[in-house]
Amino acid sequence: MSSRESILNKIKQNQPKEINELPDLEPLKAFDGDVVGQYKTVLKGIGGNPVEVNNYEEIIQYIQSNYAIQKRVLTTLPELASIAKLDWKTDDPHSLENVELMVVKAHFGVAENSSLYVTDAIMGQRVATFIPQYLAIIVNKKDILPKMHHAYERIGDLDYGFATFIAGPSKTADIEQSLVLGAHGARSLTVFIVA
Amino acid sequence: MNSDKTIQHSDAATVFNKNVERVNWHDETLWFVREKRDRSAHQIPEWELLRETASQIKFNVLSNIHDYLVEFEENAKKNGVIVHWAADAKEHNEIVHSILKKHEVTQLVKSKSMLTEECHLNDYLADRGVEVIDSDLGEYIVQLRKEPPSHIVLPAIHLKKEDVSETFHEHLGTEKGNIDPQYLTESARQSLRNTFLTRRAALTGVNFAVAETGEFVVCTNEGNADMGAHLADVHIASMGFEKLVPKRKHLGVFLRLLARSATGQPITTFSSHFKKPREGKEMHIVIVDNGRSVQLGRPEFKNSLKCIRCGACMNTCPVYRRSGGHSYHNAVAGPIGSILAPNLDMKKNADLPFASTLCGSCTNVCPVKIDIHDQLYKWRQVLVKEGYTPKSKTIAMKTMTTVLANPTVFEIAGKTGRFMMKNFPMVVNNKLNKWYDNREMPEVPKESFREWYKKNGKANKGKKDE
Repeated sequence: MSSRESILNKIKQNQPKEINELPDLEPLKAFDGDVVGQYKTVLKGIGGNPVEVNNYEEIIQYIQSNYAIQKRVLTTLPELASIAKLDWKTDDPHSLENVELMVVKAHFGVAENSSLYVTDAIMGQRVATFIPQYLAIIVNKKDILPKMHHAYERIGDLDYGFATFIAGPSKTADIEQSLVLGAHGARSLTVFIVA
Repeated sequence: MNSDKTIQHSDAATVFNKNVERVNWHDETLWFVREKRDRSAHQIPEWELLRETASQIKFNVLSNIHDYLVEFEENAKKNGVIVHWAADAKEHNEIVHSILKKHEVTQLVKSKSMLTEECHLNDYLADRGVEVIDSDLGEYIVQLRKEPPSHIVLPAIHLKKEDVSETFHEHLGTEKGNIDPQYLTESARQSLRNTFLTRRAALTGVNFAVAETGEFVVCTNEGNADMGAHLADVHIASMGFEKLVPKRKHLGVFLRLLARSATGQPITTFSSHFKKPREGKEMHIVIVDNGRSVQLGRPEFKNSLKCIRCGACMNTCPVYRRSGGHSYHNAVAGPIGSILAPNLDMKKNADLPFASTLCGSCTNVCPVKIDIHDQLYKWRQVLVKEGYTPKSKTIAMKTMTTVLANPTVFEIAGKTGRFMMKNFPMVVNNKLNKWYDNREMPEVPKESFREWYKKNGKANKGKKDE
């Protein structure tokens, strides 16, 4: 008998016989408050930087005055072609090792934890949001949802190879509980909230 | 590990307690994390409903785990993932090694996986010429020091920055005496970045696996699991079979609870959902039993399989905080580890359910409502019945039973005790008496309550309260 069969047999024999129904998740969705306000407060609390803008022009201006754009800046968004390269999506992921700034757009954000949801369809490459020194993510104001339950409702049965929630810059507190931003991933995260 | 060499929790704790200042620091540091958890939980008005919902989902999983596993496997295969089944630690390690061998890989980068600690994968691979580098900063630190992690979420929580500084000076050539966490973290970042860029195989743990979709979720703050997996040709994910949730939407419940319970963060920086391998690359999932199916069949202890490994029970535990993770001689320390460990090896881990005051704080903070302190109490009963507890403890308990069951014996024992303590204090105030280790013996009363009542009880009868 293979391990698969023997494990499954043992589980079948030993798993509790009582029926336990799955609970209703609807009551957890209750929310009254300022979704965008909470998003910004939580993001600041975890070391992220919210910036409200009206259009891509303002995003370009912000990036030009706050990042070293003479270094390697990449994006998935044609609107940013004047300051960032677009032709890297099929490159060897290791070649992204020297990227200074990556700019992508999220499907949506979540107010309760300030996370942003991205899938490989809009990341260019899976490693794209992890390997750059700095990360900026754009999200439409109307796409900020209250809680994780709303997030999964929106995701539904979306197909993807990889998806991730990103909340703030990468961080660690493994040395005596001292918080350090920039563990292995981005050292900072700017979130452009587009009106 | 050789079970004969295992140092009992209480003995290891005695050594840990020799440095009073350091124990106090350890205690306070973990309590600080517990307080962060409280602040975070209190911001969610429906926190208790969230815990209850998570608990109910996990109960449903335990009752249907067979079907969910079959469903998960089927969907994962459809997604192009290769699924393996390991009955025990040995088979898990063999599977991982065979995958690496097939790809002629001799260097593996690993993100945090308590399961691989449980299976002692690093040692197994090292013996076969495979170099493993742990990429979580805390794990990296303890790996360089050749120590196991002392906490499932905070692997190096027992170390001070001076210790890390020395370790990095020795292994990474950092400035001697520079104890700045920012500087030390940056040095590890540089060193590990090179590791990520040069490894062709990455291993990660699994926080949650979804039966409905065949995907699995890995949560990190550092981004190390993603850096490893997205740059490697081969991604191996090791999971205990209890990591399943029925549907994708259930992740919303657990992702809300996990980080808040663990460190007080609203969510980990990255909650990555792996569904399909990158084009032309390989993704493997190793589903591990290693005693879990046995625990599933123990009605008193099956609830321990609801655990999502947040570590909240450790941070709040007065015994863990003052004895340190290494005293538990098990991959998972603290209250939850003390329920899981006897299932793996009753003889070796018989001491662990006794490493608790049964205060119940663990149960109160558990995000999936595991009755941790009740289970610790129940393990004690099982272990005594099975004969795994020390003789001295059994004899003492039996003696107490006789004394407490018989009023005459109780009276004589009391009188003898008071007489001895008064006239021959050395009989109790010595090193053989464990109770005396950290306490003064009480002053000896002149008489027992019973004696006092015989004299005064009748005289006071009929007297009205004033």
